[in-house]
Amino acid sequence: MLGRVGQLVLTLLIYMTMVYFLMQAMPGDISQVYLANPRIPQAARQELKKQLGLDRPPVLQYLSYIKNFFTGNLGVSFSHYPRPVWDILIERLPRTIVLFVTANCLSFYVGFVLGRIIAWQRGATVDHIATVVGITFWTAFYPLLSLILIWLFAFTLHWLPLNQFIEPALWVKAPFSSNTVFGYMVLGASVIALAVFLIFWVFRRGLRRTRKSAALAWASTAGVIGLAIWIAHATGTLIYIWDIIRHMILPVCTLTLINFAGTMLLMRDSMLETVQEDYVMAARAKGLPDNVVRDRYAARNALLPTVTSLVLSLASSMSGGLVTETMFSWPGIGQVLFRAALGNDYPLATGALVFTGVFLLVAHFVADVLYAFLDPRISYTGQPAAEG
Amino acid sequence: MRMTDLATSPNVGRGPEEHLPRFDPGITEPIWKIRWKMNMRSLAQNWEIFKESRVGMSGLIIIIAFGIFGLLWPIMISFVWDPLIYHPVVGFDPFLMHPSPPAAGHLLGTDPIGRDILAQLMFSTGREFLLGVLSAVISVVVGTFIGAMAAYYGGFTDTLFMRLADIVMLFPFVPLLVVIGSMIRLGILPFAIILGFLEAFGGITVILKAQALQVKVRPYIDAARVAGGSDLHIIRAHIIPNVLPLSFLYMMFNVTGAIVSEATLSFFGILNIDMSWGMMIHTAETAGYLFDFGKFWWLWAPSGFFITLFCAAFYMVGRGLDEVVNPRLRKR
Repeated sequence: MLGRVGQLVLTLLIYMTMVYFLMQAMPGDISQVYLANPRIPQAARQELKKQLGLDRPPVLQYLSYIKNFFTGNLGVSFSHYPRPVWDILIERLPRTIVLFVTANCLSFYVGFVLGRIIAWQRGATVDHIATVVGITFWTAFYPLLSLILIWLFAFTLHWLPLNQFIEPALWVKAPFSSNTVFGYMVLGASVIALAVFLIFWVFRRGLRRTRKSAALAWASTAGVIGLAIWIAHATGTLIYIWDIIRHMILPVCTLTLINFAGTMLLMRDSMLETVQEDYVMAARAKGLPDNVVRDRYAARNALLPTVTSLVLSLASSMSGGLVTETMFSWPGIGQVLFRAALGNDYPLATGALVFTGVFLLVAHFVADVLYAFLDPRISYTGQPAAEG
Repeated sequence: MRMTDLATSPNVGRGPEEHLPRFDPGITEPIWKIRWKMNMRSLAQNWEIFKESRVGMSGLIIIIAFGIFGLLWPIMISFVWDPLIYHPVVGFDPFLMHPSPPAAGHLLGTDPIGRDILAQLMFSTGREFLLGVLSAVISVVVGTFIGAMAAYYGGFTDTLFMRLADIVMLFPFVPLLVVIGSMIRLGILPFAIILGFLEAFGGITVILKAQALQVKVRPYIDAARVAGGSDLHIIRAHIIPNVLPLSFLYMMFNVTGAIVSEATLSFFGILNIDMSWGMMIHTAETAGYLFDFGKFWWLWAPSGFFITLFCAAFYMVGRGLDEVVNPRLRKR
C-alpha cells in the first residue's frame, strides 16, 4: 500500500513536470503577455521580467513552480486579475466533481440494469431496441445533442432553466453566497446517501424475506429525506438548493444519455459469458427464481469488466466534461481550463490541468483498490493469489 | 533428415538412413500457398458467422454506402459540378441569397458563405475514413501488445506502462490538442497519429491488460509454460488471441472516438482542417444560425446526422465482429 502511494506521488510529479514543459513550449510564454504592450518601455519590461522571476534559469523556475504548488501557491490569474488561481480552482472543483460523479454513477447504474436485462433476453425485441437506441446516443455528436436538448427542454418547452449554474435574479437578494449553499448541499447529499446505505445494510437480511422490513427500510429512507428537506426549509435555503438542482438536471441527463450505452453493451457481452458458466446452471437446476439467478449469480460475476469501464469513463468524462461544461455554461474546472487555454491565461491553465490530474489520480487509485477487492484472483505482484 | 529429428527418433544408432520410414505426404504446393488457402477458408467461415449478425451486417452496409458516397466526390467535381460554385472550401454561388434552403441546384442548400452543403459532405467523407481508421489501427495494435506484455510480465513492465497510462489518461485531450495545435499545424494526418498513440498508451492498454490478467490466471497458460513455451510464444499464441475480442470491440470504439474528437475539436474551431463535418457545424454556429434550430435545419442536420451515422456504423460492425471472434457471444 505504501508503495502504491509512493508511485502515486511520483506519477503526480512526472505529470506536473510534463504540464510545466508543455506550458513552456506554448508559443508566447507568460512574459510576452506583459511584454507585448508597446506602451510599457524597455526598462519597465526588464524590471517586470525580473520581478516575475523570468530571468532566472529554467531549472530554478521549475523548482520554484513545484515548491509553490505544494505550498498552495499557483500564482495569479491573468484573466481574473487579481484573484489567485488557487482560489478560483477551489471554488470550481466541487461543481465539476458533483456533476460528473452524479452523471457517471447514474449512467453506470442505468447501463448495468439495462445490460443485464437485455443479455438475459438475448435476441428479443427489447434487446434490439435497447442496442439501437444505445448505439445512437453513444455515437451522437455530443455538442449538437446537448444543443438540441437545451433547445427542446429549456428554450421551447421552458421546463428547465437555460444553462448556467444558478438563476442570477433569484440570488441577488439571497442572504448566502451560492458556494456556501452548494457546499452544504453536497454535504447534505453525502450524509443522506450514507444514511440510506446504512439503513439498507441494517435491513439487508429481512429485505428479501419479509415485506415488513422492506416497508420499514423504505419508510426510514423517506424519513431521512424528509428530515433533510425540513432542515433546508427551516434554514431558508430550500429554494436556492432547488434552483441549483434544477440547473443540474439537464447536464446530468445529457451525460447519462451519452454514456450509459457504453456500460450497457459491455455488461451485455460480459453477462453473455457468465450465463454459460456452471454455477449459473447449478443455480437454475436447484430451482431458484429467474431474476435471482440473473441478479445474484450471473450479473455479479459479469460486473468486473464493467467496473474498469466505469473508472475509464470517469477519467475520459473529465476531459469530455470540458465539452459539457462549455456547452452548458457550467462554471467548473473544464470550462475554466478551456477558456484559460484559449485566452493564454497560463497560470490558470496550468493550475487547472494539474488539478484535473490530481483528481484523476485519486480516482484511479480508488479504482485499483476496488478492482483487487472485487476480484480476489488478481493481485498486484503479478502472481496469481494463493487459492484459499 | 535434421539433427533434432535424429536425436528423438527411436531409430538412432540402428544403422544407415534407408531403414528409417520416410514420410512423404505427396504435397507439391509451396507452404505459403497452403497457408493462404487455410486463411481464406477461415475467412469464409468467419464471414458466414458475421452474416448471421444483423447488427454487424447493417453497419457494414452503411459503411459501404459511405465509401461509395466518398468515392463519388472526385467524379462529381471533375465532370458534373462547376468547381467555382461547388468547391467545398472556396466555392460560392453568386445567384442566390445565402444560406439558401435545399433546392434543385443545391440539393441540401448552401451554408452562410455560399458553399454547397452536399459537396462539403462528400468531400469530408473520405477524410473521415482516413482519420478514423488510421488512428484506430495505431491505437489497437500498439495497445494490445503493450497490454498483453504488461499483464504477462507484471512487475516492472506492468508498473511502467500502467503509470504511463495513468499519466496519459490524466491529460484532458482537448486542451492538450489545443496546445499541440498551437505549436504545429495540426492537419488531419498528424491529428490521427497523435490521437492513435494517446489512445494506445492510455485507456486501451488498461482495458486490455485487465482482460489479459484474467486470461493469464487460466490453467492453459500454465500448461503452455510447463510444455516449454517461450514468453513471446505464450503472449502471441495464447494471450493475444484471447484478448482479441475486446481489441476488436475497442478498435471500432476508437474509430468512433476519433471521429467524435475531430468533430468536437473542429466544432470549437481548434483544428487546422479546412473542411470536415464538425467544421460545417462550427460554421453554422459561429455565423449564429444555430439559435434558430428549426428554420435553418439544413446547416446542422446533415452533418450532425452523418457524424452519428458514421460512428454508429463502425460501432455496429464492431459488435458483429465481436460475435465472430468470441464464440461465447454467438447464438446457439
